[in-house]
Amino acid sequence: MTTIDLTTDAPGSPAGAPAGASAEAAPAPATALPGGRRLAQLDALESEGIHIIREVVAEFERPVLLFSGGKDSVVMLHLAVKAFAPGPVPFPVLHVDTGHNFPEVLAYRDATAQRLGLRLEVASVQDYLDDGRLRERADGTRNPLQTQPLLDAISGHRFDAVFGGGRRDEEKARAKERVFSLRDEFGQWDPRNQRPELWNLYNGRHRPGEHVRVFPLSNWTELDVWRYIARERIELPELYYAHDREVFDRDGMLLAVGPYSEPRTDAEAASLRTERVRYRTVGDMSCTGAVRSDATGVEDVIAEVAATRITERGATRADDRLSEAAMEDRKKEGYF
Amino acid sequence: MGTQTSTVAEGATLPLDDARRGTLLRLATAGSVDDGKSTLVGRLLFDSKSVLADQLDAVERVSRDRGLETADLALLTDGLRAEREQGITIDVAYRYFATARRSFILADCPGHVQYTRNTVTGASTADVVVLLIDARKGLLEQTRRHLAVASLLRVPHVVVAVNKIDLVDYSEARYEELAADIRAAATSLGVGDVHTIPVSALVGDNVVDRASVNTPWYDGPSLLELLEELPTGDDPEAEAFRFPVQVVIRPQAAAEERYRDYRGYAGQVASGVVTVGDEVVVLPSGRRTTVVGIDTADSLASGEELTEAFAPQSVTIRLADDVDVARGDLIASAAEAPEVTQDVEGTVAWLSDRPLLPGARVLLKHTTRTVQAVVRDVVGRLDLDTAELEPAERLDLNDIGRVTLRLASPVAAEEYVVARRTGAFLLVDGQDGGTLAAGMVGDALAAARRPASRPGSYAI
Repeated sequence: MTTIDLTTDAPGSPAGAPAGASAEAAPAPATALPGGRRLAQLDALESEGIHIIREVVAEFERPVLLFSGGKDSVVMLHLAVKAFAPGPVPFPVLHVDTGHNFPEVLAYRDATAQRLGLRLEVASVQDYLDDGRLRERADGTRNPLQTQPLLDAISGHRFDAVFGGGRRDEEKARAKERVFSLRDEFGQWDPRNQRPELWNLYNGRHRPGEHVRVFPLSNWTELDVWRYIARERIELPELYYAHDREVFDRDGMLLAVGPYSEPRTDAEAASLRTERVRYRTVGDMSCTGAVRSDATGVEDVIAEVAATRITERGATRADDRLSEAAMEDRKKEGYF
Repeated sequence: MGTQTSTVAEGATLPLDDARRGTLLRLATAGSVDDGKSTLVGRLLFDSKSVLADQLDAVERVSRDRGLETADLALLTDGLRAEREQGITIDVAYRYFATARRSFILADCPGHVQYTRNTVTGASTADVVVLLIDARKGLLEQTRRHLAVASLLRVPHVVVAVNKIDLVDYSEARYEELAADIRAAATSLGVGDVHTIPVSALVGDNVVDRASVNTPWYDGPSLLELLEELPTGDDPEAEAFRFPVQVVIRPQAAAEERYRDYRGYAGQVASGVVTVGDEVVVLPSGRRTTVVGIDTADSLASGEELTEAFAPQSVTIRLADDVDVARGDLIASAAEAPEVTQDVEGTVAWLSDRPLLPGARVLLKHTTRTVQAVVRDVVGRLDLDTAELEPAERLDLNDIGRVTLRLASPVAAEEYVVARRTGAFLLVDGQDGGTLAAGMVGDALAAARRPASRPGSYAI
């Protein structure tokens, strides 16, 4: 926020151009534009995100922020901290735990909530499986099972606004999402009947039982998130950086061997080996794939993300591959 | 990355490498059904290397399943089940791409007349509207409607892409004829800054690369080059300072002792520049005071105090006097303070299925303030062909008209033609909370009847 340098957002520019990308440096910076006071891109995105978060706190009774320890929710929480400084973040955080999460991410989640003095609510899919309210799916994927615990937590705590770290660049159904997304008492999204969203006048009015999903990072891309993480020196779970891990092949993805994901077929077992990998998203361990990478630091990751030819979800999310409209269908049911 | 079956050449020149660092330009597309809007957007994304291999794979797979010989680039943007089934765009989709010079947020808006409200949605935040016309068909009623929406919402720049130029044999005469039609329509509707470009979204002429061999007579920039050049937003230095208060920050339970008496007003600068020491007025109360501090989380953490803030920065402002300031108040430059009023005449784009009738009770949302309002009168409905008001007793879905409103308490409403942020409002249904109308204070087409010379207007 303090920088009004027009040529760069980041104190340290990404180290070198990525392999395979254009070697020439960015020509003609925006200083050529008339007018001296223009927000550089990351500053504009940060300012917009803070504005959105403050609007929600001002207009809703009981907001909550979905926090998984994944990079998007970490950046969103960082914006929330900035929005109310020097005061504390004025709402709790909620994690829907599938029971198949990476242990290091859960540790990061707990440490972050404690460091910031936040109340952490956990909605546990495992509890629902244990008492029979939900049943394990044949494919073992637990992501779709998150919807019911999420909706129960929202209604149980009477949360009326739920911040999510979803970005429109992630997926084609998300590209259609408003910043303020009204959900009915079943948490359903109706893409054909969304409220028009005009200027920065967000309409959060809702009837009892309804709630609003709010996406402060709507206009951010994966690369924006990483450049912001670099600029703000935000710490992430180590999974996001290259490390050696035992993996096997499934459906063209690299799955980690762990307590919740093991080879199911002979072919999968035959593919077992140790690779140098990192994660682009850190969801449920049983359906989130790793990518081969030597990016050990944030600048390496930026170079890698800038050069990749595969989208974040395409590379790492098995559940999005279920059908052409898997995300849209889940969102209609109340998922994010 | 598992099985990577990329159809894009490895090592393709990526404009993303060290870039995404210039300014952010927000654009909205508009056009009629079947004029190739989704194809143009797909072409922009594809030729600027913003489509990744798995997205393209998916498009190629679906295209093949439908028996198409080449990938249908429109499938890149039509994301909903119903859109893909019907082959039309229903709702606004937001797309992101970048070149070495700047980043773009693209609101891909549906062209069908029943979704005009989505065009209004996309245009309300746009720096540029990219309007497509079919070179064979010329200007349609929808073209005029979209030009009118761009003009009403004071979108700073309009770029008209004269598409399917390949289907009129790349005729310079036809292009010049259409360009003249566009200029005439734009002038009558008061569009500030209009550019025309002959393109073929299907073939790619003048979309990303300049100087298509097919149009040797055109020596202007390609669409992408033009989008890289256009200035963003309004110039803060040319505007008066306006700051709607979002939240009062008063952390009595702050972790640090020195902040226990802290009192700041958090918000996003709506327009202009504020400097520490400036005299300001708090509206609607009218109390005058002085800015003694401007904070952000970063400035508080570093101890380096800020001396100024400008639109659209999110900051927290501290004032010299302990005046009563709450959410919904507007802190404004004392030297150029707006008037406050309970009577607003405004131009509205009616977005609801139910008609607007005089006597209706609604909520008016203006900056961070929401007040009750009664519709006193429907003054008239806009005839988009003549840009004149015709008498009307009600407004129906997609009508643009003029209304007078009486408010339960005053707001600092300014003419939209001079103040885009503090001149905008929503009308909201108090019962179900639905958004009824996009409103602009004053005669939003006033500029059309004035000699055109808008500040910030810019020509290549």
